[in-house]
Amino acid sequence: MTTFANSLPLNMPLGRAMGAMVLALVAGFALLGPVLVPGDPFAQSLMKSLAGPDAGAPFGYDHLGRSLWHRLAHALRLSPAIALAAVATAGAAGLILGTLAAARGGWVERLLVILADALMALPGLLLVLIVLAIMPGTALGFWAGLSLVLWVEFFRLTRAATRATLTSPAVQASRLLGFRAAYVFRTHLWPEIAPLMLTAAAFGTATTIMGIAALGFVSVGMRAPTPELGLMMVELLPYWREAPMALLTPVLATFTLLLGLTLLAGGQKQ
Amino acid sequence: MNILISRLAQAATVALLVGAATFAMMRSLPGDAAWRIAAGRYGYDNVNTAAADAVREELGLGGHWFPAFMQWMGDLLRFDFGVSLVSGQPVIAEIGHQLGASLWLALAAIGLSLLIGPPLGILAGLRAGGWLDRGLLVVSTGVKAIPQFLMALILILILSVQLGWLPAAGYGAGRHFILPALALALGLAAVNARIARDAMASIAAMPFYQFAQWKGLSRRQVLWRHGLRNVSVPLLTYLGLQFVMLVEGVVVIESIVGWPGIGHALVHAVFARDVPMVQGTALMLGLGFVLVNALIDLAVARIDPRGAR
Repeated sequence: MTTFANSLPLNMPLGRAMGAMVLALVAGFALLGPVLVPGDPFAQSLMKSLAGPDAGAPFGYDHLGRSLWHRLAHALRLSPAIALAAVATAGAAGLILGTLAAARGGWVERLLVILADALMALPGLLLVLIVLAIMPGTALGFWAGLSLVLWVEFFRLTRAATRATLTSPAVQASRLLGFRAAYVFRTHLWPEIAPLMLTAAAFGTATTIMGIAALGFVSVGMRAPTPELGLMMVELLPYWREAPMALLTPVLATFTLLLGLTLLAGGQKQ
Repeated sequence: MNILISRLAQAATVALLVGAATFAMMRSLPGDAAWRIAAGRYGYDNVNTAAADAVREELGLGGHWFPAFMQWMGDLLRFDFGVSLVSGQPVIAEIGHQLGASLWLALAAIGLSLLIGPPLGILAGLRAGGWLDRGLLVVSTGVKAIPQFLMALILILILSVQLGWLPAAGYGAGRHFILPALALALGLAAVNARIARDAMASIAAMPFYQFAQWKGLSRRQVLWRHGLRNVSVPLLTYLGLQFVMLVEGVVVIESIVGWPGIGHALVHAVFARDVPMVQGTALMLGLGFVLVNALIDLAVARIDPRGAR
């Protein structure tokens, strides 16, 4: 896009490293938190409603006396897991279809481009809501709906990069020498596409996590007892004056997670 | 001309997709749609089998899917969205009523974001690497990591609950606009500012820009005559793409502050399985995106004739 030459200190390597570190911290908490302090995210104890931290619950308790430590750890497993599954599916689909479109051209390409353009015109959350209404199971519906929304971006990136690379002298020489499509893809196309895919994957994961949290917050996403970031916020919102820390816990966790992903994406490209 | 034809193809595909998706939704909803719709009409306490059967009879919910699909798409192509299953009002009338509220909110958000983002971005881009540039990068990265609903939550807690300056929710007076528009605008501005900054930095480094300064124009004149028009091209293009993000934001924010707009209606329609309303709103939003981007294509071609093919 633009010159990176006069760009900034927080840029590529340092920003990415910071992002990866933040994400590692969050993942470490989500995976190891419940191991370090054993407990149940669903166990209620109304005696401890909104109580402060203690040995069994280092982050205190929510309005129903459930341990915020364990609820948060499970919430931080759920959304990223859905997000990673959706991004992996969408990335694979986008990569295959994008390469196919650029390599084949003709009607295949035209149809795929028209489909992608049309999907891009529809708000992602709307598609997710419709798929959620059709599919049984909320997590499955989120995965399917989000994959449907996300593949377009991967498709567009792959197609653009592949088209430019396929006309390059290197690829033409490679083809003249008789190398197969698989070899051309591995040596010429993939190195061009891979860095783009990483950025797009980080942005896609962030968008997905935001979407799941936003739908949870307006009560059309995950259902009540499930620990989910947006849902936790809306549950704790009425008690923000009595227990501001309880509300801040999921808020800060969401912010940290998204900040890590934004930094990992490299900040600059859209 | 080419631009318009490809946009028309896009609009047609959008209509087809929305039609197919909402038809699939109508058909494959788990549970008895007739019961759900009857519950939406008469309230959950007043539904019985007779009411559900009456709804099934009235809406023709039995039968084979193919003729129903053809009829469905035929109605769609004639812009006959039918009546809302819940309120019984024509969908067109309901949407016309709600679209206005959303449109004003979206326009306020865009206007506000353009007041905040690009000026900061241009100032930062004129001195790439300066303290404003670095500060802006940190702030915009941080703001981008805050989802819009969270931004609304933070603003509500600070501005209306703690300070008591603005109403937390509601619709009608001008002061109700400020909070939701600001919540949307800050997220947009964070990205706007980066786009403007990158564009400005690359243009300020170009030979023609430096020549304009060498020949003795003041900084202000150079920016005004040679800078802004070039910066506006990527900014406008991006604004068109952001429209979808804005619409998503509007859907969520409207639900939070109780804004009687199209997003609020959409969430309720999905809840009550009011498929004609879902179809109407989805189609309206999709075609809106195509229209906005077609206009932006034309405007960009006007501002920057070099790209015309």
